[in-house]
Amino acid sequence: MSAVLPVAPPPAPRRRRRLKPWHWMPYVFVAPFFILFLGFGLFPLLFSAYASFFRWEIAAGLSGMKWEGWGNYLFVLQLDGLPWGSVFSTGFWAELYARDFWRAMANTFWLGIAAGVPQHLVAIPLAYFIHTQFRRVRNPVISMYFLPYITNTVAITLVFSSLFSRDFGVINQVLTGLGQWQVMGVHPLAWLFPTENIDWGRPEYTRPIVAFIVWWRFVGWNTVLYLSALQTIPKDLYEAATVDGAGTWQQFRYITLPLLRPMMLFAITLTIIGNLQLFEEPFVLTGGSGGVGQVAETVAMQMYKVGLTDGDFGTASAVAWLMFMVIAALTWLNNRYLGRKD
Amino acid sequence: MSTLASSLPAASVAPAPRQRRKPGRFAPSQWLPHALVLVGALIMLAPFYFMFVFATHTNTDILSVPPPLWFGDALFDNLNELVAQRPMFWRSVGLSLWIATASTVLNLFLCSLGGYGFSMYEFRGRDKLFAALMATMLLPAFVGMIPYVLMMKELGWLNSTRALIIPGACSAFGIFLMRQYIGSAVPRELVEAARMDGCGEFGIYWRVVLPLIGPAMGTLGLVTFIGSYNNFVGALLVMSDMEMFTAPLVLRSLQGTGQTPWGAISAGSAVTVLPLLVLFILYSRRLIEGLTAGAVKG
Repeated sequence: MSAVLPVAPPPAPRRRRRLKPWHWMPYVFVAPFFILFLGFGLFPLLFSAYASFFRWEIAAGLSGMKWEGWGNYLFVLQLDGLPWGSVFSTGFWAELYARDFWRAMANTFWLGIAAGVPQHLVAIPLAYFIHTQFRRVRNPVISMYFLPYITNTVAITLVFSSLFSRDFGVINQVLTGLGQWQVMGVHPLAWLFPTENIDWGRPEYTRPIVAFIVWWRFVGWNTVLYLSALQTIPKDLYEAATVDGAGTWQQFRYITLPLLRPMMLFAITLTIIGNLQLFEEPFVLTGGSGGVGQVAETVAMQMYKVGLTDGDFGTASAVAWLMFMVIAALTWLNNRYLGRKD
Repeated sequence: MSTLASSLPAASVAPAPRQRRKPGRFAPSQWLPHALVLVGALIMLAPFYFMFVFATHTNTDILSVPPPLWFGDALFDNLNELVAQRPMFWRSVGLSLWIATASTVLNLFLCSLGGYGFSMYEFRGRDKLFAALMATMLLPAFVGMIPYVLMMKELGWLNSTRALIIPGACSAFGIFLMRQYIGSAVPRELVEAARMDGCGEFGIYWRVVLPLIGPAMGTLGLVTFIGSYNNFVGALLVMSDMEMFTAPLVLRSLQGTGQTPWGAISAGSAVTVLPLLVLFILYSRRLIEGLTAGAVKG
């Protein structure tokens, strides 16, 4: 009789099985990153949020922290006494610009836009062109554009500051050379190029130079990002479009650009996060001062100055968190605009 | 006449449509974009060229008009002047190389271990932990700068290479890169077979996985080395003692009031950038692919 009974299932283990060593091993393997991040990444970030509500001088140490509430933020923002009535006259903006944080913010935005927008406007067509036209010399060309990205910013910014020097800088000599170029007694290019040396140290030139260096450093990086996205677009799409009679421009507009959008989201996010924390190029180029009239002092430089040179940690933390909020807001906006699914 | 009439159209008309379909070899639309791309590439390289040219000229040559456009012979004079002004220059370059090497070794070990953990195990909360790891890449590092300096002070790590090596010893990007690579290059069966044979979990990583991930280790090593070698802000924050200056800090300290020693600065810049250029010339393709790996697959 017992033969007709189905084979009994193996008895379920009664006692709870002890955790095998390899059940907890993966946690050990991934732990170092999280420990380091909590200790050296997240903790300072949160502590700066906490510290931004305290008055805290460098000499006083941890015990000298005094509750300040939103005082640091109000002090940084300096909103008091602005002539709100004249918002649309120039006086308002001039006065706002004269206040440290707003000036640093305006400079950072100026630099971020002047360096960031051309990066993408140049990188996308450049990547498209390298992708479609270059065959044999492709890798050398990509490498030439990419090289600035890996070099030491301090070293190369110092080289740039000699190239942009007023009296001997190579850039002035090329420009004035073109301006003074003479054909049969006339200077045909004098309207376009300067005929005497430009003083690049003047405040109106400082920001454009910084923007140029930043552009120079990152345009190749963005090109490579777009190039790698272009390589994932299937060729059939273009073949089908050609069969349907779409021209090159239409293919670029209706196939390439829409399919590049995820990469644009990624690349522009990186540009936003990076450019709003801009520090090295303006710091080195202006010798840490921000230039004449502080025209190139970014928010990150201001935070460094207030916190570590002046020793006012509370105010510097408030600057840091205002910067964080702006970065988060812009990243969110960018994600909303470019990351939408339709 | 008839032979001429019959042969003429054939000879003159036939090539015409071909020409209309494809513009001539020297039409601007054919060469202009190439020329623009190449001119742009030269603009990208020009600062490097002038860095090396200026490194081989005396200050007076550099300050003359027109500037030197070809290499001179004052390289060693410039280096001597640099060392005369900043006696710790070579020590600083060595310090930078040491910090970069130590960071690279630690990152290779911890990131490959983490990547192995994330790719070869199923464990509770794995996907959430990985998402958190990816999200950390979006946090602006600058915001925690001031408490970071205070922490270093409390730990007694100011003016010590530890402050630049330990906090960056394991990067989210590195773990991501390793996870991708181990997931595709190491067969799961191999890991399970090793486990059956009684190999410990760490032994599997050390003896089975590690020998198989050479290419990814090379890529991550390059990326980490270059990133760590170029770290200026970190060094600026924790190094105040001239003896502990890294190469970028020494270079920056040369730029000051009075007569700027451009020859020495250029020579110092060239020496500082040279290791990076050598690595780039040898491995540019692998480096570019490694850096953009997160962008393509992520």
